[in-house]
Amino acid sequence: MIRNYLLRHTQTLFYSLGQLARAPVATLMTVAVIGITLALPTGLFLLLENVQQLSSGWENNGQISLFLKQDVPGAAAEKLADKIRRLSSVARVEYVSREAALTEFKRLSGFGDALDALDRNPLPAVLIVHPDAAYNHPDALQALVRDLGRYSEVSLAQLDLEWVRRLHAMLALAKQGVLILAGLLSAAVLLIIGNTIRLAVLNRRDEIEITKLIGGTNAFIRRPFLYSGLIQGLLGAVASWLLVGLTLLILAGPIQDLTALYGSQFQVKGLDLSATLALLGTGGVLGWLGSRLAVGRHLRAIEPK
Amino acid sequence: MIQFSHVFKRYPSGFDALRDINLKMEAGEMAFITGHSGAGKSTLLRLITLIERPTRGEAIVNHKNLMRLPRRRIPYFRRDIGVVFQDHKLLFDRTVYDNVALPLIVTGADHREIPRRVRAALEKVGLLDKERMYPITLSGGEQQRVGIARAVVNKPPLLLADEPTGNLDSTLSDEILDIFLDFHNHGVTVLIATHDHHLINRARKRVFELKQGEILSDSGVRT
Repeated sequence: MIRNYLLRHTQTLFYSLGQLARAPVATLMTVAVIGITLALPTGLFLLLENVQQLSSGWENNGQISLFLKQDVPGAAAEKLADKIRRLSSVARVEYVSREAALTEFKRLSGFGDALDALDRNPLPAVLIVHPDAAYNHPDALQALVRDLGRYSEVSLAQLDLEWVRRLHAMLALAKQGVLILAGLLSAAVLLIIGNTIRLAVLNRRDEIEITKLIGGTNAFIRRPFLYSGLIQGLLGAVASWLLVGLTLLILAGPIQDLTALYGSQFQVKGLDLSATLALLGTGGVLGWLGSRLAVGRHLRAIEPK
Repeated sequence: MIQFSHVFKRYPSGFDALRDINLKMEAGEMAFITGHSGAGKSTLLRLITLIERPTRGEAIVNHKNLMRLPRRRIPYFRRDIGVVFQDHKLLFDRTVYDNVALPLIVTGADHREIPRRVRAALEKVGLLDKERMYPITLSGGEQQRVGIARAVVNKPPLLLADEPTGNLDSTLSDEILDIFLDFHNHGVTVLIATHDHHLINRARKRVFELKQGEILSDSGVRT
């Protein structure tokens, strides 16, 4: 019984594949439209994932920069660094002397020649304070920044985190936007599949009518159309996967160049297994659903005369 | 097998296609419905196959009440009725074999059974050697016989035919009639709508004559 059932479904699947293969141009067009439609939200999602991955490293080592007053001598700065190092809330302190700061700035900024023209070093010495992991949450960090700012040697205490937070808030907003866009485009895929299936139903009007006359149930008549929608949805998802993959491949070189300029070891994240499965699943479900909605509506209208 | 009492059919346009039809056919009986076009022959067959529902009256076919049968049960009801259409209603993109196999596939018959039963049905109508051909390449008489093979492949207890010899010459008509007589002799209930008197005279079976939606005469059971 179950074997018969599976056999019938397999037969229907191959029948549907055959029907699609018989009209390759129409099938390819539908698949391409679905592919492009799905590729847009997938690509944007991937972009956000990458930005988030790039910036997530930053949030976890929230660090505080203490810019020292210009007249604080090197020895006093070292002493202050030692004092801060002993605080229980601090894990590590780096001392960047005025000279070191200048050298680094010259190297990274490209303003070397301009700086050479100045008769004195305009950069302050900096203590980079890495808070202990236990203190790495917003309130504790704020308190620490306030405390560190009270040392007389310190001109400015700055938590290098605010902009990361703002970035993350923006990313969260952008994610919502992508979700809405994905919803709209999913509806578009439903309509595309629905229209394709509607035409297929109308094309096979005679066949449906005859099948009804000899006792075919609606479920039986519906089945090949559902498979057809499922297959086209899946193929569309595969097409969008290829489109996104191809885009990444083209962009990988320039992205590497760009991140290298920032001294970053950033690796572009592609579609991993779970994202791929989610994409294929979405394509399949949308195809099936679009087909189900269209067939349900049009099948009822076709009755034997 | 078929029992109509005081059955009326009025179309939404207001046209009374059938009026006060009383008709009873036992299982295994064979009968003809005759009358001019528009007399209600086709409407009667459409009621029996539940393409239309009666407007009024009691109609029982194969132990099912046509007024009350739920819509979702209609496919199962139709599986017990083989119908031969005047215009054959064959699928032209499929071979003769696939056309005849369709009722078996629809009912989910055991796939190992299908070839044997399709060939048995094709053999009965004498088309075993044409199973690989497409209907478009066959003559009108051959197409009609494919339609008959499809109607009987499920071995339905009731066989209906609407003008089965409509476009055929008398030799071919005789051949088709012989096929129906053969099914009748095997216990199938056969009801044929036709205005072909040659056919009726040759068969010497029961005849219902319809006129303007009413049964004008019933020749009674002949054996």
